[in-house]
Amino acid sequence: MSAISLRGVDIAYAGQRVVHGVSFEVGKGESFALVGESGSGKSTVLRAIAGLAPEWIGEITLLGQPGSHRPNRTLARHCQMVFQDPYGSLHPRKTVDAVLTEPLAIHGIGNRDARVERVLADVGLDRRFRFRYPHQLSGGQRQRVAIARALMLEPEVLLLDEPTSALDVSVQAEILNLLKRLRAEHGLTYLMVTHNLPVVSFLCERIGVMNKGRIVEIAPATALHDGAFSDPYSQALYAASGRE
Amino acid sequence: MRAWLLDESPASRRQAAAGRAYRVTLDLLHNPLTVLGGLIILALILTAMFAPWIAPESPVGQNLSNRLLPPSADHWMGTDELGRDIFSRVVYGARITLLIVALVAVIAAPVGLIVGAVSGYFGGWADRVLMGITDIFLSMPKLILALAFAAALGPGIENAIIAIAITTWPPYARIARAETLTLRNSEFIAATRLLGASHTRLIASHILPLCSSSMIIRVTLDMAGIILTAAGLGFLGLGAQPPLPEWGAMISRGRSFILDQWWVATMPGFAIIVVSLGFCFLGDGLRDVLDPKSARKS
Repeated sequence: MSAISLRGVDIAYAGQRVVHGVSFEVGKGESFALVGESGSGKSTVLRAIAGLAPEWIGEITLLGQPGSHRPNRTLARHCQMVFQDPYGSLHPRKTVDAVLTEPLAIHGIGNRDARVERVLADVGLDRRFRFRYPHQLSGGQRQRVAIARALMLEPEVLLLDEPTSALDVSVQAEILNLLKRLRAEHGLTYLMVTHNLPVVSFLCERIGVMNKGRIVEIAPATALHDGAFSDPYSQALYAASGRE
Repeated sequence: MRAWLLDESPASRRQAAAGRAYRVTLDLLHNPLTVLGGLIILALILTAMFAPWIAPESPVGQNLSNRLLPPSADHWMGTDELGRDIFSRVVYGARITLLIVALVAVIAAPVGLIVGAVSGYFGGWADRVLMGITDIFLSMPKLILALAFAAALGPGIENAIIAIAITTWPPYARIARAETLTLRNSEFIAATRLLGASHTRLIASHILPLCSSSMIIRVTLDMAGIILTAAGLGFLGLGAQPPLPEWGAMISRGRSFILDQWWVATMPGFAIIVVSLGFCFLGDGLRDVLDPKSARKS
């Protein structure tokens, strides 16, 4: 059984179709990247899987369950998302502790103190950050909090929407290492959206190249080293990344 | 204590909340006008609480031999046409003013906040219906609407409060809706939705706290208007009824003597001005501290 499977999925925003007939599968424990330029519909695919872009038709399966058109509690236990902007994804008036306790409160999970402490340790945040507000944290620390929040419900699948593109380079490396370690430790499945090809070769096994709302090619990540792309658009993208 | 409050790495939920409150208070104390406003409001509250001890005479006790005495050592603000001590009446009037202001704020602010947040959050039909109602209320002049309600409900202080509350909530709903619209599509709301949070939880614990600071500012600034509307209703005989020492009603009674006995109408007028100014100063200071868009960040 694959972790995520999309078959012939069309997605629209307010009636305007932006993604056309997307199909791909992500195996359990696999890390799959969607790459493409801005506006190619990569993030939209993630949002549709998470239920945040409700206007989709086709077939989305998540761990054997049919996909949902809006976020719900069952989906929440299996699949979480990390957003691009660590400044926008944390509530400005809530402490780290409040952010991390909330999922436990929603799902009625007990033993909250211990769980929060454990997840903070997991994402490499010192416990003295626990009662700080977001404005007292750096961008990298905020992104760690966002990752910690996504891990609170112990999901199997993480959707990563350009998780490092808003951070500066040295912090990017830290977050990528963290994501790599978490995947190994928790056996997570990643579906990642990025336009940064080096990030893909570091973290992912396969990539899907998107252009104008369609997947033009699915290739192994090794293609990023040898340039073994068959589609002309992927070749152009590869050439533009300056690695030939 | 100070170090504990300003600690960058609080050790508990309580310390984090206390530290935030302490920083807001420090910022407020930096502005002299805000402090002045706060002191005026504090004085109003204390006066209302301890009116029987502060006022030298009863606010309703008549003494016709002391009619219309000018301000003197015995009667600091003079006496009115029934020989009542105006200072005592102004002191007791603080209770009525405070009651009106507090009740209107307690009724109108949450109603406006919830209507606006629900309207902005759900959009679509809910938005159209709720904002339609809000627009109907907004399109009518405030004082006239309050007058109509007070006249329909019958004169009296409770009805005046209800009438003012009915006319003050629509602007709050507009503000709350505008703020909610900017928050609705933010990533932290999306992230919380993904956690499985219900709409009620999202509105109550994520959207409302972010709208409430601009609401507090707006309500404080509106207090002056509320006091004036209440005084206006009292002046027209639709608010507090005699012999209640309501400031607006007192001005109205003093109007007949304004040329020869100026103090009868002027003293309660001063009280209204001072309290309104106090609320304005405090509201301005709160805006500087609480408004996320203002230049100084906490």
